[in-house]
Amino acid sequence: MNPDSTAQPQLAHTPKQEFFAGARTIIPLVIGATPFGMLFGALAISAGLSAWATMGLSLIVFAGSSQFVAAGLVGQGASVGIIVLTTFVVNLRHALYAASLGPYLRHLSHRWLAPMAFLLTDESYAAVISRFEQADASPNKHWFYLGGALLMYVNWQLWTIAGIVTGQRLESVGDLGLEFAMVVTFIGIVVPLIRRWPMLLCALVAGGSALVLDNLPHQLGLIVASLLGIVAGLAAQLFNREAEPS
Amino acid sequence: MSAFEQVLLIVGMMSVTYGVRYSVLAMSGRITMSKRVEQALRFVPVAVLTALCTPILVKPEGQWLLSFDNSHLVAGVVAITVAAISRHLLLTIVLGMALFLILHLNLI
Repeated sequence: MNPDSTAQPQLAHTPKQEFFAGARTIIPLVIGATPFGMLFGALAISAGLSAWATMGLSLIVFAGSSQFVAAGLVGQGASVGIIVLTTFVVNLRHALYAASLGPYLRHLSHRWLAPMAFLLTDESYAAVISRFEQADASPNKHWFYLGGALLMYVNWQLWTIAGIVTGQRLESVGDLGLEFAMVVTFIGIVVPLIRRWPMLLCALVAGGSALVLDNLPHQLGLIVASLLGIVAGLAAQLFNREAEPS
Repeated sequence: MSAFEQVLLIVGMMSVTYGVRYSVLAMSGRITMSKRVEQALRFVPVAVLTALCTPILVKPEGQWLLSFDNSHLVAGVVAITVAAISRHLLLTIVLGMALFLILHLNLI
């Protein structure tokens, strides 16, 4: 054996070490998600979803912002088909995360990829991508992912339950503006994403056309307005590139 | 929404969400996403969330309400300003929600 390998035990990361390191890394994001889990539970109940359906969305779909959007649309009386279509569009961004992680996971079997895909969220991606990008050749980085993503999942379930209980209590209190809590959360997420003018144009077009199109049948306004915003942003970006060649 | 529709909702949302997550994760080792598709996807969160929120702010009861009496709009504009200056999620939520509740519950 190479004498250098005596130093290896410190560097070698066992599955267990990776698992707990992943869980530790995601803790700040887990704490950050806590109020949203609770808010989702309360909002879904006040929108008219049953307690078990609210729980089912967290347990089976597990995609925070689309769960909020779905609760909002249920409250507005949208049909199942429209909500599913909207969910598809809202969660398309996961394709970006999956495409970014995929090259690091080529050696894994379906048995690993299936649960990893299920647990893929904004938070789990944000917490683990830097681990995958580190140069060390640890063969167990997927355990890092699993540790972080599982903690995120369990925590989301617990706070959904807390939110359901709160929502059931609040029903007797009346309208406290839970819907606005959702809006102000999304404002806090979206505004910092707007750094360049194509993104600003995307937001202005999407928001403006949502106002004009909100009478479209079947609550289709949201999806049409979103697509218009995306097209406007893309067009602006293309124009930008032609205007100032790099 | 009936119990049956709620089951359909969960199954449908799960199918489209998991479908995107799994198919891209499993394929991305083999095929690469075109630059244009990737650019389009970067606009998705801003477009969808803005389209969702704007009517709630400007038409809280379904009708245009461009007025200082519209507590949704006033608190929303303040929240946008706070978010643009601070870029801080929690601060935006706390200040926006506090102002909204004060206006909405007629505390002043």
